Amino acid sequence: MQHERDHSTERAVELATPTKRTADGSAPGYRANRTLPLNVELRRQLARGRSKLVLGCLVALPLLLIGTFALSDDEPSSAPPTDYGDLATTTGPNFAVFTLLLCTPLLLVLLVALFFGDAIAGESSWASLRYLVAIPVPRHRLLRQKGLVAGLLSCLSLLVLTGAALALGTLWYGGGGLRTPHEGVLHPPWNVLVLLAICGYLAIHLTWVASLALLFSVMTDNPLAAVGATLGVSILSQILDEIPRLDRFRILLPSHHATAWTDLLDTHVDWTDMASGTLSATAYAAVFVTAALVRFHRADITG
Amino acid sequence: MFPSRRYVPNFALLPILLVALIVAATAMWFSEQDPADSPPRVDTRDARIDVLDGPGQRKRVQLDLRLFVPERTPAPAVVLAHGFDGDKTELAVPARRLAARGFTVLTYSARGFGHSTGRVALNAPDYEVTDARRILDWLARQPEVTTQGQDDPLVGVGGVSYGGALSMLLAGNDDRVDAIAPLTTYNDLRTAMLPNDASTEPISTTTAARGGDADRGVFRRAWARSLFRMATRPQVERNTSSKPDTSSTAPPPPEEPPDTGDQSLTCGNLTIRVCRAYTELARTGQAGQETLDLLEAASPSSVTSNIDIPTLLVQRQRGTLFGLEQADANARQINEAGGTVRMLWLEGGDREELPASVWGKVADWFSHYLHDSDSPRPPAPDIGFEYQLVDRLASERSPPTTWRADGYPGLEAGEVARFELPLRGSPTSVINPPGNGADTTSSSGNTAAGERAVGTVEAPRSPRLSRQGTSSAQVAVFETAQVERATRITGLPRTRLSVASVPGQPGDSQAVLFARLLDVGPDGSRAPVGDGSSPLRVTRLPEDGTAVQVDVALPATMHTLQPGHRLELRVSTTDGAYAGPRDTAVHRVALAGGKSVSLPSVSASPVEETSVPLGALIGIAAFVVLLVVAGVLAIRFERSRRKPPTPELADLPLAVEDVSKSYPGRPDAIHDLSLRVETGQVVGLLGPNGAGKTSLLRMVLGMTRADTGRIHLFGHLVAPSAPVLSRVGGLVESPGLLPHLTGLENLRSYWRATGRPMEQARLDEVVRIAALGSAADRKVRTYGPGMRQRVALAQAMLGLPDLLVLDEPMNALDPAHTQRMREVIREYARTGRTVLLSSHLLSEVEQTCTHVIVMREGRRVAGGTVDEITAGESLIAFHVDQPDLAARTLRCLEGIGSVRTVGEVVYAELAGHSTATAVNVLVASDISIKRVGPHRKLEDAFLELVGEDH
Repeated sequence: MQHERDHSTERAVELATPTKRTADGSAPGYRANRTLPLNVELRRQLARGRSKLVLGCLVALPLLLIGTFALSDDEPSSAPPTDYGDLATTTGPNFAVFTLLLCTPLLLVLLVALFFGDAIAGESSWASLRYLVAIPVPRHRLLRQKGLVAGLLSCLSLLVLTGAALALGTLWYGGGGLRTPHEGVLHPPWNVLVLLAICGYLAIHLTWVASLALLFSVMTDNPLAAVGATLGVSILSQILDEIPRLDRFRILLPSHHATAWTDLLDTHVDWTDMASGTLSATAYAAVFVTAALVRFHRADITG
Repeated sequence: MFPSRRYVPNFALLPILLVALIVAATAMWFSEQDPADSPPRVDTRDARIDVLDGPGQRKRVQLDLRLFVPERTPAPAVVLAHGFDGDKTELAVPARRLAARGFTVLTYSARGFGHSTGRVALNAPDYEVTDARRILDWLARQPEVTTQGQDDPLVGVGGVSYGGALSMLLAGNDDRVDAIAPLTTYNDLRTAMLPNDASTEPISTTTAARGGDADRGVFRRAWARSLFRMATRPQVERNTSSKPDTSSTAPPPPEEPPDTGDQSLTCGNLTIRVCRAYTELARTGQAGQETLDLLEAASPSSVTSNIDIPTLLVQRQRGTLFGLEQADANARQINEAGGTVRMLWLEGGDREELPASVWGKVADWFSHYLHDSDSPRPPAPDIGFEYQLVDRLASERSPPTTWRADGYPGLEAGEVARFELPLRGSPTSVINPPGNGADTTSSSGNTAAGERAVGTVEAPRSPRLSRQGTSSAQVAVFETAQVERATRITGLPRTRLSVASVPGQPGDSQAVLFARLLDVGPDGSRAPVGDGSSPLRVTRLPEDGTAVQVDVALPATMHTLQPGHRLELRVSTTDGAYAGPRDTAVHRVALAGGKSVSLPSVSASPVEETSVPLGALIGIAAFVVLLVVAGVLAIRFERSRRKPPTPELADLPLAVEDVSKSYPGRPDAIHDLSLRVETGQVVGLLGPNGAGKTSLLRMVLGMTRADTGRIHLFGHLVAPSAPVLSRVGGLVESPGLLPHLTGLENLRSYWRATGRPMEQARLDEVVRIAALGSAADRKVRTYGPGMRQRVALAQAMLGLPDLLVLDEPMNALDPAHTQRMREVIREYARTGRTVLLSSHLLSEVEQTCTHVIVMREGRRVAGGTVDEITAGESLIAFHVDQPDLAARTLRCLEGIGSVRTVGEVVYAELAGHSTATAVNVLVASDISIKRVGPHRKLEDAFLELVGEDH
């Protein structure tokens, strides 16, 4: 009988005596504020094929753009450059700015929504969320660590995209100053610093997307639903932003200040729009994060 | 939405408050951006007044007025005079603005425009200026206007273009005017219509925008023509008006006596003198003395020596009609006469409407200088000089930056700073083609841009010339080197040229040339610096080819020359905007003097109108504070809610007291469930699917909250995130493994997430117990259900928790592993730990557990040790065809225990009788027996309690 065969190994199992008690009833070595360390969560996420795929796509996108430009490039246009699209092929930094401008409405939103929308809902879909909760990782800490890692990954993606666009653009079109349609030129090292500042603003502004995705992520077990809903809200906001009759109410839309970073490219930086964008983004983020915290704190974890 | 409201009743209060605060603060900030307060009420009334003007004041015209009356009267008055081809409605919007600021504002149609009668005399002192003086008389009589004595209203006069000139002419002729604001207007019509930017005398360089004022200029044909076209446009409605006359005191207007001389149709609405002057200019391109006299009399320059009142001058940079040099002249002359002058240079062209901010500045100006003694005097507007810079290729949305200097250089402040850029280029002979004076010219050079700037077709906002690689024989080109630093040009660049006849070539003693500057980018793209070109008429050229040197004032500009860009000076013989000479001529153009271009650059600091977005910054700071406070309060609140442990339960791994839990719309609810699990027990929760086993285990593991009742683990109350949960290992419902990691990595990752030291995990031991084997190194996504279950069990046992909670642990396991796991679980409990497992299989519980709790529909229906329940006499089940008969038969046996019938099965406690005896008895009674077997109490209880259908 199989039972008999396994018996020898069974007897070899030496089980220790139960451990002694602590004040809060926790197991020895357990500290709530040491659970789910960032590096562990980061490793969990980075090990995923999806993360690598996303980063790979971000490197591929500038390549695709360069290819498209190369195909459609019949002759150097004599018309004056009126926007960043016309200037895209002049220098590497210009190409990077153009790439960011192209990605601001959708791709960056998608990226952030992907990382944050997946944060909780992804664990739910693997059924591993309940085991994290049972460790127990305190819920607010779980949300925080997940959010931080998603934020780190989002920032990393943003930097990878910008860096790839800058590197490939420089390789292809040459380096040099960053030209603006206003005939201004930002010389090194300002061109790279401005790109960093743009990434900084984008990171701040996209917090509203991040927090909304986190809220949806807490509300559903399906990561795709969270990502989709976030994207939907962003697109709706952008559509409403196109309606001129909404007039002053448009500044209340979360996506209204998405491209305010173009102000950074002027010789005299006008901070008004960016400050408004920062305030608007933090306001929305505060509301959404609070809602996500409350919701997650009260939720029954079944996933 | 939140089924377990009871446990966290107050936690939501804080965030809701926070959200409300945030929303309120945000809304307040955003509403601050757009003040929604309604503007003060402004009444209007129309009037027509008859005035006498003309030489000897014998001509009667009727003027159409509109008065904008503010809420509080009497108030200082402001007269706004419209531009050429406008009428009293043209400035209705700024008039309302000013009225809202507390002025009684009067707009009127000048003679020859709108509903006013009479003919246009180009602001002649006898006509338009007299009309305006009569309007001041009328204003002084109106109750809405503050007066400073008999017939002297407290009045300021503003005007745009044609009206601006009128404001100065009126101020120069009438002492009653207290302040003026001439906007985008001219100083001298002679230099405006017949400019000559070449001067053999050195042009003074004290101010930034001094133009050439040499006489015998080149007729600016294009715009004079368009002005004439406007004035002579048929205006049918003008004399057939039936607009109600609100001024009942005005007598019916008599027809204006016809002007002397013929009434040519081509003169349209112009007076004969003006028409004659225009005709002469158009025909010859030259002005006779009579024309010059007329233009001089109609020019503010004739009276500026009388203007000693505060003057706000606003000029547009791309003013092709009246450039910065006209404002410069006004400023110099009024300053000399003792008037306070403030100068604003605005980006944009003549045809663009003045931005609202300018009218705001006009209102500030008049608020200070037309002070009514009843109210505190508003502060003096910043006296100084402002100009706007916008890079020429700016997109629509990029606003110009405003720069402010202490004063207009050359007047209040010292001389304007200038810097020189050396020019290079060899002397070039340029040809004036025959028929240059003709209306249509397709020659290259400056024509295209010139026409575009003055034509009636709206010029593109950002004119930019295409690459001009070659120069024709009509153009002499000189250029500077590329500049290394950004260079701001504000005003009129200056250079010095020498012009000579070429012996043996056609040409008379004078040359007409057009000079302009271009900004050449590093890629060769060219953009004009300043609009149009400067016409140069150089006279008295010696026949022998000796050169005449002239100072040349180039088109005014406010421009930033970017690093890497250079300037190109183009001197051409043709420009479609001007009436050039018709005869062929050849002239030699060369650089002279310092061979450089002198660029004025007014040092100024940018006016940071919107530089510090205070509202937003305060908002952001408020947020940070709110969030920090909220965070601190939330943490404190959390701590205060922690309950001390219950010591009497400290030795009890699990105590569930009266716990209820229900899910809306789902059957697996729990009702008043109580149970205790003691150390060393293996407790089985037995029940059919949907009995609430998993729901209970979820609550025990802190995944969900109970609606009512309490759960204690080792004496500590269980709530989500309770630290005591770290002593519990669990497997609920299904394994939760990361598919992209191997089994072993999953275990490690999970243990790292607990934050506890790795050596506490007892990983090797657990892997061995769960018999993961080599499969542990494969990715979880390749696993079958059995392997997943084993990894999940291993995960639950990591760290060897004091209480192991397993939901259906034998799910998906093959018999060998099932058997092994049973032994593991029993062994586990033997070490002083405790196991709580659930199963819907009786045999499972029977073989694994020491204790059993039977659940059904969320209630505990039975409980006790397995031995207790299975102890005592066994039942024997008889499956028979006649159960009633069988039962009766069996009861006849002596000493038999209970006999019960359930369906076709008879259960009997045989006591001392053997099964064979019972069978014999039944067979003897002709009962056919299908099957006989032992039946235990537990199964019986289970089936009975949970119902057969499960």
